Amino acid sequence: MREYITAFFLVFGTLGMLLAGLGMVRLPDLFMRMQATAKAATIGLGGLLGGAMVAMWSRSVVALVLLTLIFTFAIIPVAAQLIARAAFRMGVPLWERTRENDLIRKKPSRTRPFID
Amino acid sequence: MSAWFEMLLRGVLVTLGGSAVLSLYRLVRGPSLPDRVVAMDLISLQFVGAIAAYAVLSDVPGLLNVAMVLAIISSLSTIAIARYLFTGDTEVGGEEEES
Repeated sequence: MREYITAFFLVFGTLGMLLAGLGMVRLPDLFMRMQATAKAATIGLGGLLGGAMVAMWSRSVVALVLLTLIFTFAIIPVAAQLIARAAFRMGVPLWERTRENDLIRKKPSRTRPFID
Repeated sequence: MSAWFEMLLRGVLVTLGGSAVLSLYRLVRGPSLPDRVVAMDLISLQFVGAIAAYAVLSDVPGLLNVAMVLAIISSLSTIAIARYLFTGDTEVGGEEEES
């Protein structure tokens, strides 16, 4: 029974990681790619570490996995937001079919605004 | 550990390696520096997941220490590089400097 639960978690996490990798290749824009990594990598890491926690069920393993998951879930969105802010300020080009860019009116950036 | 479970763990490791190769494409190809930073962050997170799966496969719980340290170091280094990019003079396309 434990192997079935572990298999479910591991397959879930692996599909999340594979989705993040596919998004890194296929999406056209830095900010969209950052969307893919920040969400799919969080889901994938949660699935894989949860699978490891279910498979080796002892007190130290549960504590270690929960510590890793809490820290990772707190840090990954912060890192994605900081990278996105730095990239927007650096002037990383947006996708050419982007229609809305409201931040360009408030923040100085070298990004091409795409607003007529 | 039954046979199908071991095969599934090996399949998980192969799939994680394939997605790390997909991220490596962006690390090599990526046109700007934040692309490479994001790709490197994703590769290290995929390696953290692979270390967790390998800890299940080889039944060594001590490998999760490695996974925790690698996750912390990769995320914090991403934040450090973001601070560097935000305060530095790096730019894309060589336009003129503005305040």
